Amino acid sequence: MKQLAAVNNFVIRFANVNGSGSASANNLFAKAVFRMGVPVSPKNIFPSNIQGLPTWYEVRVNEAGHVGRRGGYDLVVAVNGQTLRQDYDGLEPGGYFLYDSSRPLPEDFLRDDVTLIGIPLTHLVNEAVANVRMRPLLKNILYVGALAALFDMDLAVLADSLRRQFEKNPKLAEPNIHALEIGHAYARGHFPDTCRLKVQQSDRVGDAIIMDGNTAAALGALYGGATVVGWYPITPSTSIIEAFGRYAGKYRVEADTGRLRVAIVQAEDELAAIGIVIGASWNGARAFTATSGAGVSLMTEFLGLAYFAEVPTVLIDVQRVGPSTGMPTRTQQSDLLACAHASHGDTKHPLLLPCDPRECFDMTADAFDLAERLQTPVIVMSDLDLGMNDHFGPPLAWDPARRYDRGKVLDADRLEALTTTWGRYLDTDGDGIGSRTLPGTHPERGVYFTRGTSHDEYSAYTEDSGAYLRTMERLALKWQTARTLVPRPRIRASSPPSRLGAIFFGSTTPSAYEALEELGARGLAIDTLRLRAFPFPPEVFDFINRRELVFVIEQNRDGQMRTLLISEGDLAPERLVSITSYDGLPVASRFLVQALESALAERGVSIPPAVPGQGETP
Amino acid sequence: MTFQRPTFRHPELPPNAAGYTRREYEGGLSTLCAGCGHDSICNAIIQACFELALEPHRIVKLSGIGCSSKTPAYFLNRAHGFNTVHGRMPSIATGANMANRDLIYLGVSGDGDTASIGMGQFVHAVRRNLDMLYIVMNNGCYGLTKGQYSATADKGTRSKKGGVNPLESIDLCELAIQLGAGFVARSFAGDKRQLVPLIKAGLAHKGLSFIDVISPCVTFNNNPESTKSYHWVREHSEATGTVDFVPFRQTIDADYDDDAVATVVLHDESEIRLHKHSPDVDVTDRRQAIDSLEDHKAEGVILTGVLYVNPESMDTHEILNTSLRPLNSLTEADLCPGGDILEKINAAHR
Repeated sequence: MKQLAAVNNFVIRFANVNGSGSASANNLFAKAVFRMGVPVSPKNIFPSNIQGLPTWYEVRVNEAGHVGRRGGYDLVVAVNGQTLRQDYDGLEPGGYFLYDSSRPLPEDFLRDDVTLIGIPLTHLVNEAVANVRMRPLLKNILYVGALAALFDMDLAVLADSLRRQFEKNPKLAEPNIHALEIGHAYARGHFPDTCRLKVQQSDRVGDAIIMDGNTAAALGALYGGATVVGWYPITPSTSIIEAFGRYAGKYRVEADTGRLRVAIVQAEDELAAIGIVIGASWNGARAFTATSGAGVSLMTEFLGLAYFAEVPTVLIDVQRVGPSTGMPTRTQQSDLLACAHASHGDTKHPLLLPCDPRECFDMTADAFDLAERLQTPVIVMSDLDLGMNDHFGPPLAWDPARRYDRGKVLDADRLEALTTTWGRYLDTDGDGIGSRTLPGTHPERGVYFTRGTSHDEYSAYTEDSGAYLRTMERLALKWQTARTLVPRPRIRASSPPSRLGAIFFGSTTPSAYEALEELGARGLAIDTLRLRAFPFPPEVFDFINRRELVFVIEQNRDGQMRTLLISEGDLAPERLVSITSYDGLPVASRFLVQALESALAERGVSIPPAVPGQGETP
Repeated sequence: MTFQRPTFRHPELPPNAAGYTRREYEGGLSTLCAGCGHDSICNAIIQACFELALEPHRIVKLSGIGCSSKTPAYFLNRAHGFNTVHGRMPSIATGANMANRDLIYLGVSGDGDTASIGMGQFVHAVRRNLDMLYIVMNNGCYGLTKGQYSATADKGTRSKKGGVNPLESIDLCELAIQLGAGFVARSFAGDKRQLVPLIKAGLAHKGLSFIDVISPCVTFNNNPESTKSYHWVREHSEATGTVDFVPFRQTIDADYDDDAVATVVLHDESEIRLHKHSPDVDVTDRRQAIDSLEDHKAEGVILTGVLYVNPESMDTHEILNTSLRPLNSLTEADLCPGGDILEKINAAHR
């Protein structure tokens, strides 16, 4: 019978019941692969539910370092009765079906291209564990032990991970390690040489870390000097605030007083959350909030105020599936237009587009510098996949010489030294940005009135059309300044440049690179540009203009980034071809290969068929 | 438009203890309707700040949207001001206060701005006991959009256009007391003698001080049938007593015939002295304060003056245990944990 065979190159899916403690067992497996020196990518696919609904956890093991979602799964640990059929039917041909054989499989499970691995998980755990409440948790550990045997993994790595996990409570480590051994022994005894998927020790990890984007963003805010947080709970952004609070509780405590160098205010709603950020930033603190699309909708009123009154504001949008409440625990990149133009009137806001935890860290820290330099809201566009899943990537780094750029703020001495009349919105150096003052700085100078109504250069209320036009034109000039300050795109081009290009950003990045690499290996070179910010620096349009056709790959239905590119670059729409994946799951490289193939076929370009690759039997 | 006030003043106007003349607490000329109660409240704010000898530039004035929210342009020209969006002043005030606990925060709002669109923000600023003075200029109607009823208009009251308000009114003072404000008072724009000491006490109190000031809308809601009219309030109000505010280290001689003097010592050791008409009600008791409000309401009387004081309440900074240094004054050295710690954090993620 056909069996998938691969070393350090496959996808395993765990099908569990939400709230059964499975995520930590599954994570234990992923961490063990990582510690064996193999790049790994775990993804939690979970419901909007606390307990009882189906949940999946996908782990991609990939020696070559492809850590985007691949699509499909080669082995499934099917321990959720509700989804048994679905998990069985979805398995790749030649795949492995690991199930709890304490109950027989239904008779109509008749695939002849699947290897069954029945392990009586319930019986084994009931025999070995007296404590009834511990059984469900240890059953999860037991199948991890079985996997270790099937994949020929070193059990010591897993046992060691468990010891680390229970460092503070070593008593708990022992029953876990015991369960691991029972599962291992059973699989080894009953299924020797059954599974042709293997995990072998390797050296492809280097100094990489495995971290979720929300933790990284929280650390970016910590290192970036945020002192005020206004927030309202919403999946998938809540864990940013939780992580920030945890680290602040460690690294922002005054040694002598025990007081905190941070104020984290849980607001009554997202309106107030962003109001707190704007009030604090206006008063000279670095402040931020984190939310998701539904929260952004509520924040748009205040974002317009911050744009027009020119108050620095840092917002992290961890995007999820919309519209409306949508699928709150699934991922998408669908808030681009809503964020780029949040609020009524002519408004636009810089967006930063991190693609991995390292960039979540860097760009969140950068967002404070940019917001204060530009005196405007800056939105970091993460998403659920990037924010909540662990990602394999480079370690975080902080340049010790780095100083916060607080932008144009006049202190008492500089106010004292002024020889001309100061105006809050007076652009004296042609970058569209005035200098601001903070309340309480000087008894007589630098006072001004901040308002969302139309104002002149001296912040006085005005309904004079000329003054209004001057303000709007200056804000447009400031937008051009922003274009020069935001992170540059990353371009990979062949020489001479390919006729074809692909543009993508954020969490789409690893799958997009992988898909394009595969097409490249098959003889079709497509140059790539990874966007890192909006507004688009000039090289973005240069890249597009030098190519006949450019694909824009993104995770929303309407090709929102393509729309932004067309409108900002005044481009002919037919030059940009939309490739979208928006089913709520992280975009899969296999899907992208197919989508690109058919988009090219429609234009008369055919590519040689795929050579047998990962996870496939020759 | 903002019109500047003429700067000419009598040369011998005496300065206050901080060396400022009253003029230095004033603002631009009001563009509200002539006779608007809000202008009287602005004058009371100016007088209170002058008498307290606050440094004008250490005050932050904030507002939402509406007639009342325009008024920060008419007082304290030397203070930074923030005219926010409708109903959202409390969250801006919260953030501003978190950034710098050393300044004085004065929020001005209206009944529409607070009791309708801003109700959520109002009650939660009160709940977190933000250290600020929150004044509502309450005229029971939407003036800028020409006189619609607001949520504080009394049920059954008749507007100038003749319609009767069929809805229950919201008593902001009662809400503020329930939700934990440390200082709650009600006054009337036309009663400067009462209002100035109330504002002074509200500014000195640490935590959220709330003053609901009934302020007739001369254009849309000053007809004799309106319970927010000059006429009606003058005939149907009763004060909790006469109020003195005694700043720390200043003494005044009370020249009242005290039937009962209740003294409340605030955080900064200033004192509120309430010369009460009725010795029965203890203004530091939340339940008695609410009962007293309801009892007067049942008699068709508006109770004014200090309604409730709790000098022991913890403000937001105390609740959050934040640094005594203003957060906006902290630098990289105070805030950034540095590369070594980052390397440890990296190691924990391997």
